[in-house]
Amino acid sequence: MSFNSTDIHSFRDIWVFCEQRDGKLMNTDYELISEGRKLADERGSKLVGVLLGHEIKDIAKELGGYGADKIIVCDHPELKFYTTDAYAKVLCDVVMEEKPEVLLIGATNIGRDLGPRCAARLRTGLTADCTHLDIDTKKYIDFLATSSTLDVANMSFPMEDTNLKMTRPAFGGHLMATIICPRFRPCMSTVRPGVMKKAQFSQEKADACQVVMRHVELSPEDLKTKVINIAKEAKKMVDLIGADIIVSVGRGISKDVDGGILLAQKLADAFGNGVVGGSRAVIDSGWLPADHQVGQTGKTVHPKVYVALGISGAIQHKAGMQDSELIIAVNKDETAPIFDCADYGITGDLFKVVPIMIEAIKETKNA
Amino acid sequence: MRIYVCVKQVPDTSGKVAVNPDGTLNRASMAAIINPDDMSAIEQALRIKDTCACQVTVVTMGPAPAEGMLREIIAMGVDDAVLISAREFGGSDTFATSQIIAAAIHKLGIGKEDMIFCGRQAIDGDTAQVGPQIAEKLGIPQVTYATGIKKSEGLVLVKRMLEDGYMMIEVQTPCLITCVKDKTIKPRYMTLNGIMECYSKPLLVLDYEALKEEPLIELDTIGLKGSPTNIFKSFTPPQKGVGIMLQGSDKEKVDDLVARLANKHVI
Repeated sequence: MSFNSTDIHSFRDIWVFCEQRDGKLMNTDYELISEGRKLADERGSKLVGVLLGHEIKDIAKELGGYGADKIIVCDHPELKFYTTDAYAKVLCDVVMEEKPEVLLIGATNIGRDLGPRCAARLRTGLTADCTHLDIDTKKYIDFLATSSTLDVANMSFPMEDTNLKMTRPAFGGHLMATIICPRFRPCMSTVRPGVMKKAQFSQEKADACQVVMRHVELSPEDLKTKVINIAKEAKKMVDLIGADIIVSVGRGISKDVDGGILLAQKLADAFGNGVVGGSRAVIDSGWLPADHQVGQTGKTVHPKVYVALGISGAIQHKAGMQDSELIIAVNKDETAPIFDCADYGITGDLFKVVPIMIEAIKETKNA
Repeated sequence: MRIYVCVKQVPDTSGKVAVNPDGTLNRASMAAIINPDDMSAIEQALRIKDTCACQVTVVTMGPAPAEGMLREIIAMGVDDAVLISAREFGGSDTFATSQIIAAAIHKLGIGKEDMIFCGRQAIDGDTAQVGPQIAEKLGIPQVTYATGIKKSEGLVLVKRMLEDGYMMIEVQTPCLITCVKDKTIKPRYMTLNGIMECYSKPLLVLDYEALKEEPLIELDTIGLKGSPTNIFKSFTPPQKGVGIMLQGSDKEKVDDLVARLANKHVI
């Protein structure tokens, strides 16, 4: 194989690994294709999606509606369910043959299994869980000007730089870091779900999207893992990313965990149709299941109203919620960092404040 | 059978964090802990050791003081430890790190029934990349996000978590498994005997000289200089303008808040 990851000038185009489960596209696919379109325009190149699965050709064209020029479909019975072995083999084979300059993968539990395996095989770098991507240096400077405390006016940048600039929270979200992979291709990034904006769907573009079927070779020796079964959680998972109202709890509920969670749920109900989230401490203590976690290691949310109850506001938590439209914080400690990003702050004991708040909201709503 | 458990000493980022004037993390001011997901990996390995005769070896890469962490882990019941430590390895990204750890494990030998356990991800980098990359470099299969591990001859049955459920996966040995925290996996404490004996158990130090000739090491892709990925810029996000702190008694504060929310048509 003539693939050489250091021959960086032989690589072209922006690629997105499009993940499907049960034959259905994931939200990350729409987000990454939309983001990939912007990068392809900045680079003046094509945007290509790679879709692996079995009997999935019909779902490919929809991705064109969000900006893909072409979708490469790899269809094989062994690709029906995700296995690292089969997916890494097929994805690496097609990447080695076609040499994309950039490869984006959704940072789902599957993408974060596949990405590092492929990067190691392709002999290139990979940046995990990115929240912002740029190729064009001018756009990157504009991003820094609004999203950092750096004095960009007095800094010099290599304006001709065509590396993918991959920005992600580092050190538990205490710092942001922009990573580049200058000597190897493809530039690979896993991208945090729920962060990139989904573009407007265009039927015209979907119709124009080229769908290419690619021959897949897999032998039994390639497969050292076997999926025995897949079980869905019986309970309904909480939809934090889609929620308009989120009431989250932190370590402050420790003196009465169940009571604190119940109060949060009642407050969420009082606002109307809200859901309950939790900080890392709450999830790590087992007080709420992992799907409730907001923050750098949990989910990034943008609700209309975010209420933080007894959450100190470590940057790792803020990384997941600071772009909420309106933030209300209740904390005993008036110096808690959560107040730095709250629109409205109340210093007080949540067990006393929240019941009053629930009553007051109900009264106002009924007035 | 031997189980290698890869662990990392990390700054405790859940507490208050100090940042140096140049924007880097002031690690000296923060407590160093065993990465939480790695504790699950240790516990999973020790549970297998509880049921059969196997050797559990803990492996870390880091500066010399990481020996203290390794001794603590030995005191939990692990048999021996490996410390990979060299100035040349410093600043390695995940590609470079996994290459060095894979080379070390390869040097120690990985048998037909052996397994490597890692934590899913470390709380300082949050990448979840080193485990799968070690597996790729050793050419063995991987299963990530594991909460349950059941070993039989030549095969392991793993419960692998998905966002909305789980998969049961059968994987051939040797293999690498990354472990997550779960309420069913409570890491055990050090034992009194363990603490007494932890300094008499073997601890092997592997430095640059010991590993540089290893076939899995590419000298031009290790360390800060060789790592494929580099930090282009690091920065702190601007603080959002401080909002309004409501004043008065609890009732007054809440009434003020609710009035403001009603004005904004939020409620």
